[in-house]
Amino acid sequence: MGSRASTLLREEEIEEIKKETGFSHSQITRLYSRFTSLDKGENGTLSREDFQRIPELAINPLGDRIINAFFPEGEDQVNFKGFMRTLAHFRPIEDNEKNKNLPASEPLNSRTNKLLFAFRLYDLDRDNKISRDELLQVLEKVDVEQKMSIRFLH
Amino acid sequence: MERFALSVERTKTWVFCMIFLLLCCTTGKCELKEPKPTDSGIFETVKPFDSGIEEPQPFPEEEYGNLPVFTMDYARIQIPFEFTLWVLLASFSKIGFHIYQKITIWIPESCLLIAIGLIVGAIMHSVKEEPPAVLTSNVFFLYMLPPIILDSGYFMPTRPFFENIGTVLWYAVVGTLWNSIGIGLSLFAICQFELFEVQDINLQENLLFASIISAVDPVAALNVFDDVGVNEQIYIVIFGEGLFNDAVTVVLYSMFAFLADMPSISSTDVFLGVARFFVVGIGGVLFGVLFGFVAAFTSRFTSRVREIEPLFVFMFSYLAYLVAELFAISSIMAIITCAITMKYYVEENVSQRSCTTIRHVVKMLATVSETLIFFFLGVVTITTDHEWNWAYVMFTLLFAFLWRGLGILVLTQIVNPLRTIRFSLKDQFGLAYGGLRGAICFALAFTLGDNINRKNLFVTASIALILFTVFVQGISIRPIVEYIKIRRTNKDLNTINVEIHTRTMEHLICGVEDLCGQWGHYYWKDKFKKFNDRILRRILLRDNTAESSIVSLYKKLELQNAIELFDTSMGDISAAPSIVSLSDEKKEATRPKKKFKTGDILKMHDILAKNMYKIRQRTTAFTNKYSLPDDSRTREILIRRHASIRRSLRAESFREQPAQNISKSLRYYSLQPGGSLESALSLRRRSPAIPEEDLLRSSGASPRSSSRSLIPMTRLNTITEQTSPKEPPAAAAHPLATENRSSLRGRKAPVATPRRHSSNRADEDEVFSENQAGAEEQHPPTQGWVPENRDPGLNEAGNPLLRQSSQRSWRT
Repeated sequence: MGSRASTLLREEEIEEIKKETGFSHSQITRLYSRFTSLDKGENGTLSREDFQRIPELAINPLGDRIINAFFPEGEDQVNFKGFMRTLAHFRPIEDNEKNKNLPASEPLNSRTNKLLFAFRLYDLDRDNKISRDELLQVLEKVDVEQKMSIRFLH
Repeated sequence: MERFALSVERTKTWVFCMIFLLLCCTTGKCELKEPKPTDSGIFETVKPFDSGIEEPQPFPEEEYGNLPVFTMDYARIQIPFEFTLWVLLASFSKIGFHIYQKITIWIPESCLLIAIGLIVGAIMHSVKEEPPAVLTSNVFFLYMLPPIILDSGYFMPTRPFFENIGTVLWYAVVGTLWNSIGIGLSLFAICQFELFEVQDINLQENLLFASIISAVDPVAALNVFDDVGVNEQIYIVIFGEGLFNDAVTVVLYSMFAFLADMPSISSTDVFLGVARFFVVGIGGVLFGVLFGFVAAFTSRFTSRVREIEPLFVFMFSYLAYLVAELFAISSIMAIITCAITMKYYVEENVSQRSCTTIRHVVKMLATVSETLIFFFLGVVTITTDHEWNWAYVMFTLLFAFLWRGLGILVLTQIVNPLRTIRFSLKDQFGLAYGGLRGAICFALAFTLGDNINRKNLFVTASIALILFTVFVQGISIRPIVEYIKIRRTNKDLNTINVEIHTRTMEHLICGVEDLCGQWGHYYWKDKFKKFNDRILRRILLRDNTAESSIVSLYKKLELQNAIELFDTSMGDISAAPSIVSLSDEKKEATRPKKKFKTGDILKMHDILAKNMYKIRQRTTAFTNKYSLPDDSRTREILIRRHASIRRSLRAESFREQPAQNISKSLRYYSLQPGGSLESALSLRRRSPAIPEEDLLRSSGASPRSSSRSLIPMTRLNTITEQTSPKEPPAAAAHPLATENRSSLRGRKAPVATPRRHSSNRADEDEVFSENQAGAEEQHPPTQGWVPENRDPGLNEAGNPLLRQSSQRSWRT
């Protein structure tokens, strides 16, 4: 796996991703190995089935929504860049002073982008509005999870 | 009119105050008389003891051979009598404080108790009386401290605690070390000055003293924080720190006490000290966990001896404490871990009544203990021999304050980057300022061996420190906190929205963590959960079904549901239409309008409620220290809600029972006065094919309640599908039929919708019915065994209930 990673992920790509998402070098490498381990078809992209093969994600009530979040509109495959782009939303928020010299677009893990990501989780039909039904559906999903008693030590 | 009422109130309170004060003084004075009898054998009012029949009378002229009609033998009852009087006195003080509410807002109870103790101590001192030897080390550590710690451990909010456990341990261990060594060294530096006449205190003794006074006492600090209501993070850190720094204190204390005799400290001693710390800490935890598991396992078999179930909780935790004391390891950690471990499993195994009993008794013992401790602190302050040295005492105060502040600052700087919720400067100030010392440090000072030549000085200094921190810091912390606006727990913020979305986000994060293969917080939780389910629950729980926790969860959620409903709609259904009208469009109007509204409301609220269990967790965890996790308000709301719902639906019922009767009858489900278990069961069996019935019977219990709860439960889930509005009416036919049949027995209104209500209430009622059982005069014959029989049924009944519905929802 190590050799595969090194041949398929070039240094300049790592640099690009680092600049775009803010992940560190080791994090990117690690996530790349995770990406390749998920990528059963070995074609450098992940499809929805690959995601669904993760067992914990399958039983997570928000699993399919999370998966959907990785796939931008209309596409069915996500490459590593897209993968990292989505994951970048989950990095901790950094202080603004460090990012003053960043390009015009806000970093992917800024508050606004995080909120946008969360919004898109609720907004299933991607009309940029959360209808009451969509909200209800989220609640039901979480409801189902509870019956499976995943959480404990309440 | 209002002013008149107000003035009446005021006069009443003043009258009570006067009476209370009088009482205090008289009880205080009375006790002064009592201890004297041991000095002389003869009283003016006491005849010779009633052994007068056997022995020759000292005054042979009078009453030879007569039976003494009235004798008094004080010496026999002296100890328990005095103990009771002291407890009563302290409790009267507590009552007195709460009569005039405003006092406790500004002055924490601990201060007031110490003040009263000081007064009584002054009285006793002026009549040259010795206070009871309560604050000796043995009595304190073996009898007075365990209940308090048990209370802290039992009601510890586990979730925030485990989320913050790194921070807590960091502050507890490193913070205490920092404090001790800092204070010790600075005091030693002070001692070098000839001016202050304390040159004979060497380094070890200083360090010993410092280790005593550096421990933050949870009792005092939380007393203050509860009233002020600081935010969850500070609360849990102070809480945990106060509890866990005992390990460090024990080690340091024993190490320095040991070394105080020795002329010099070698490096091996330091190394041994570190090793001892680990032994103490980890040993305490291990013992606690061991006893916790044993207790949980025992509670598995107590289904037939319900009356003594609470005993096991207390005995095992006390045993853990004592065994840890035996090995001189941290008994506080032992009892805390025992309580934490035990609570989860025991509360599943025992009956509802036992659960309530345990909680009440734990709280009661803790409150009594705490009251007594503070009280005696005040008393003993006056009556001990003090050695006052201005310099030493002042510098002690100064250094204690200084080093705590510095310690918090430095430690927070180190630990903040590792936390998601960081401590702001204000939080840090709150942490530092909230470092009150309390009775533990005092008791430790008392246990100093007499080989320490300046023992009295140390005692004086520690008392001074305690009084200073409790009074000055305790009283001032409230205005300061309000002034600098530390983040307070804002319970109003826990709206439904917040809770739901927090939950959603948690799921999201968990999912992404799994996606990354990352071992996040939730990963460990998940692992433990699996271990818990697979192994621990099988062994320790009597009826181990995975959903049993869901049942209790559901109950909790229903409580929250009730609260929300009450808050939003004033307990009146007529306010509900606003919600209903929103969700109205898709529903067909096949159902009668009344049922429709309430059904939909319930559906909405149930959906929301099921995601809100964390509300209850958070808010109840941080209610007042002196009350149980607050059930009473929810119960009351629940009752009112029931009453109002029933009122609004009365028109459709063919019962003419008054609201009171209905509410009470509801609690005992099918069992009406004069009813019997078997007849109720047979009644149920006669009802048409209700699929859940065989599940019920297979579970073995006789959960009449669950039949009622079962049906509506599944109906609830079908409703949430939003696509089958026709189902509810169909399902409604069943309970309708059942109800019709049982209506003769005086059951609840047969309308379908109230079924749903009552189902939800049924579960809650099971929570509360035992609590209410005592208050119900209506069904004395059934009270005795209906709840008890229901208890084993509770878990089992709930499970098929939820299993059923979970299957349904899976199918959707």
